[in-house]
Amino acid sequence: MTTTTEAPPPAAPEDAPEVRGRATRKRLVPYWLLLPGILWLVVFFAAPLVYQASTSVQTGSLEEGFEVTWHFATYWDALGEYWPQFLRSVGYAATATVLCLVLGYPLAYLIAFKAGRWRNVVMILVIAPFFTSFLIRTLAWKTILADGGPVVGVLNSLHVLDVTSWLGLTEGQRLLATPLAVVCGLTYNFLPFMVLPLYTSLERIDPRLHEAAGDLYARPATTFRRVTFPLSMPGVVAGTLLTFIPAAGDYINAELLGSTDQKMIGNVIQSQFLRVLDYPTAAALSFILMAAILAMVTLYIRKSGTEDLV
Amino acid sequence: MRAVLRWLRRHLVVLAGLATLGYLLLPNLVVLVFSFNKPNGRFNYAWQRFSTDAWTDPCGVADLCGSLGLSLRIAVWSTLGATVLGTMIAFALARYRFRARPAVNTLIFLPMAMPEVVMAASLATLFLNMGIRFGFWTILIAHVMFCLSFVVTAVKARVMSMDPRLEQAAQDLYASPAQTFLRVTLPIAAPGIAAGALLSFALSFDDFIITNFNAGSTVTFPMFVWGSAQRGTPVQINVIGTAMFLIAVLCVLGAQLLSGRRKRS
Repeated sequence: MTTTTEAPPPAAPEDAPEVRGRATRKRLVPYWLLLPGILWLVVFFAAPLVYQASTSVQTGSLEEGFEVTWHFATYWDALGEYWPQFLRSVGYAATATVLCLVLGYPLAYLIAFKAGRWRNVVMILVIAPFFTSFLIRTLAWKTILADGGPVVGVLNSLHVLDVTSWLGLTEGQRLLATPLAVVCGLTYNFLPFMVLPLYTSLERIDPRLHEAAGDLYARPATTFRRVTFPLSMPGVVAGTLLTFIPAAGDYINAELLGSTDQKMIGNVIQSQFLRVLDYPTAAALSFILMAAILAMVTLYIRKSGTEDLV
Repeated sequence: MRAVLRWLRRHLVVLAGLATLGYLLLPNLVVLVFSFNKPNGRFNYAWQRFSTDAWTDPCGVADLCGSLGLSLRIAVWSTLGATVLGTMIAFALARYRFRARPAVNTLIFLPMAMPEVVMAASLATLFLNMGIRFGFWTILIAHVMFCLSFVVTAVKARVMSMDPRLEQAAQDLYASPAQTFLRVTLPIAAPGIAAGALLSFALSFDDFIITNFNAGSTVTFPMFVWGSAQRGTPVQINVIGTAMFLIAVLCVLGAQLLSGRRKRS
């Protein structure tokens, strides 16, 4: 790639040196524009990651200080001890992502094709919760799912809780402090991240394609399967990534809506770092989480064939 | 019965979509209703009786409004910082071809694709080891860092879609580069910049995970809410949550009306 600009060169100049000076200056413009922001990211985003890599192979204690000893065993110890939390994070995040897709698709479809003049109102109602503290809203789920609350009561009288307990999703007659509550919170918190990209890609679909499918005697379900859904794939891929990645690292839902049996890997990193003060283990766990997510995301993007997305 | 079933089938998508919207808004409704509760004990999780006490005295809890003010201050400054730095990067990426472009694009994308807890822990490790005291400045630095990418993405999308001939036209009409930028480029890019700024304000104001790692003993509003989940949740939290929701809706509605009127005139 050359370093010329897209804009056409300045119109026929008279004296050459000044032009050359101006051209050089012009070539440097993008670098001057980038400098402060990129410096910020390098110093406060990239460098800390490198630094954390070195922390993960350090040994020592808070009192005596830490030293790089290339102690890779931290990784194995961390994996050996916390693999249940890793698996749980992936499982919860994947379930929440699928639920977000199933719940979010009709909503995105509604906004894109059915809402008509209500479109802006529905859109505002999807975005507005973003501006209310999500912690307050997550705490509200404690009220909604509370023992003896209406939700538990209804599910109980319908014997739904018996089935979910049998499946291992809930325990006894309660919803709070069960896997179901944590997945419900994760789904709720990341649903807008699914709806918005889905809406963006659905909105781009030419409605005439639907008419054409109808003219060719395709039933609505066939139109959806053969036309709408394939065309919304970029939104599906973007939405699943935007939901899965933060959900896998989240520790707020597991902390507020779950119990010690629902701890996710985020909870472990948080407590290792802020309470146990075992920085090497926290760093190693972060790195395993990051690597696992990067690997899964790369595989997923490759599989879904929309590499231009990233 | 058949007719009902047929109607249900026909409107299945709309009904499912509205159900999801209900799921999305249910907690907001609960927050609103429980802002009028008079709880018995420290936690506001069960309905006791109606009262407007919290609404008449929203700052009646120690440290609550202080933490709210701090969060607002941090959100304003980090929005300003991220918007300026991010807009500059966005212009560089949208307008110029240069060698480092792919690397810069990756560096912009990565913070958005990384679990927050990883970024939070690594930045905190850096601060710890450099002996920097946690507080206002470390929070601000962290917030500018994670808001930057979102601003770049929003502004870049807008600048990329703008017609370069508009600027050429301005130059043909003897506008100086500064004039072209201020009177043509900036107004066209403004909605993108506004969207980026709004997004970073919301992200910064609401961030808990990164702040939790980099705040030390400083308490922002989300951290106050988090602490209250352990110590006891005052009703005032619901008042503020409701107020934020209403303000957001009103702002968006106002912006829509304004842009609608402008389009018509």
